[in-house]
Amino acid sequence: MTDQVEEIEIQLLLEALYLRYHYDFRHYAATSIKRRLRLAREQMGFASISALQERLLHDETMLPRMLGYLTVQVSEMFRDPSYFKAIRETVIPHLRTYPSLKLWIAGCADGEELYSFVILFREEGLEERTIFYATDINQDALARARAGIYGLERIQLFTENHRKSGGKSSLSEYYSAGYGRAVFDKSLRERVLFADHSLVTDAVFAEMNLISCRNVLIYFNRALQDRAIGLFKDSLSRKGFLGLGAKENLRFCAHADAFSEFNREERLYQRRDG
Amino acid sequence: MSARRCRAVVIGASAGALEVLNQVLPALPASFPLPVFVVVHVPPDRKSLLAELFARRCEMRVREAEDKEPIEPGTIYFAPPNYHMLVETEQALALSADEPVLYSRPAIDILFESAADVYGPALAALVLTGANEDGARGLRAVETAGGQVAVQDPKTAFAAAMPEAALAACPRARIVTPGGVAAYLQELAAMPPVDEN
Ligand SMILES: C[S@@+](CC[C@H](N)C(=O)[O-])C[C@H]1O[C@@H](n2cnc3c(N)ncnc32)[C@H](O)[C@@H]1O
Repeated sequence: MTDQVEEIEIQLLLEALYLRYHYDFRHYAATSIKRRLRLAREQMGFASISALQERLLHDETMLPRMLGYLTVQVSEMFRDPSYFKAIRETVIPHLRTYPSLKLWIAGCADGEELYSFVILFREEGLEERTIFYATDINQDALARARAGIYGLERIQLFTENHRKSGGKSSLSEYYSAGYGRAVFDKSLRERVLFADHSLVTDAVFAEMNLISCRNVLIYFNRALQDRAIGLFKDSLSRKGFLGLGAKENLRFCAHADAFSEFNREERLYQRRDG
Repeated sequence: MSARRCRAVVIGASAGALEVLNQVLPALPASFPLPVFVVVHVPPDRKSLLAELFARRCEMRVREAEDKEPIEPGTIYFAPPNYHMLVETEQALALSADEPVLYSRPAIDILFESAADVYGPALAALVLTGANEDGARGLRAVETAGGQVAVQDPKTAFAAAMPEAALAACPRARIVTPGGVAAYLQELAAMPPVDEN
């Protein structure tokens, strides 16, 4: 069985993190958190998780490093190309009927998903009527998203994904390459608002036509997932769309009835009327 | 340590997996009482055909795991491509999009370590054919928690590196042949319950 002392240490550290810095990981999926905390302890060279907690409480420079361990920014542009293809082919025609649009990328990590959407909307001629909200709890990630700079070695995959998603332009139109980096064009950010927002502790901030929240809910326990989905429900306009990650679904969710399945395979849902 | 009844089985396989699993999984009867979690290294493409393929060949129920999927006995769960599969509690699975481990996502180590935490001595773990070292660390965690560990005989493996690494990490692991795995698992499932004190 799991080491009981370690369980207690983990609980105490998460409580400390919450009380001291107001980051609430107490209801994240326990197994992942345990794994991340073990990694943090090992790599930062602490004898125990309690020792790590002690430092975290007294030294605020530890906070960003801790968040770097507790949150995971692994992402890709046009990750799961078929998801973006389905949005392009089946959601965009609905969105086209609105004079102005709001899109929320919740848990945007380093921005890959955000830029995918801005490019898609530009290709479809909807960028100019859209405001893009990109939110995350990790400040360092938000800064990287704002910068829009990715290692050149990742571009081949991004390009391939973009093509498979039904891209109508060449990805190379959107970045300039040099010194091993691809710097995405700042015009892509003109209609983007970046914000530090937590799906655990923060509230609704605008009425959205489309919310894409992918591979964030897997890190939450069921109760926390319900809270986040409730937030999405309250943030969506009538008939607004919600897109989740490839292995996430609303099957077990308390708010499932508020949504209809728009595309089961691609995890696209639509808010029901009224 | 003597064999005691298990409440779950974890299996890891890589290069050559399909052939061995084809000898192991269809040989388990519909009445097999435990959940079986399987990580196979598959390319990160969206679709994996493993679950579909084995659903047709197996008597047990076969699923590709979804996030927070309830765990049911008599069911085989495959990790989906591009996600790690973890045992969250005895009632539910969890997925994660964390970095690959030893270039693999799903990684065998992550499944095994999480399952060892949850099931402790009531777990049976099995490392099959493969060309890397994933699974060795996980198998060690299962052994440390008091679980049953077994490794495919490297001589019978399509790729010997993975079972060899597992044996190096757990020299006392039981060595099994592909044809013998199903019988071994049924034997474990029939043992008297684990005394957890
Ligand atoms: C694996 S990334 C997903 C990136 C992208 N959406 C994708 O699917 O490729 C998960 C992101 O969720 C963020 N996150 C974790 N907890 C959050 C919370 N409570 N509210 C908002 N974002 C959160 C993490 O900081 C991380 O950047």
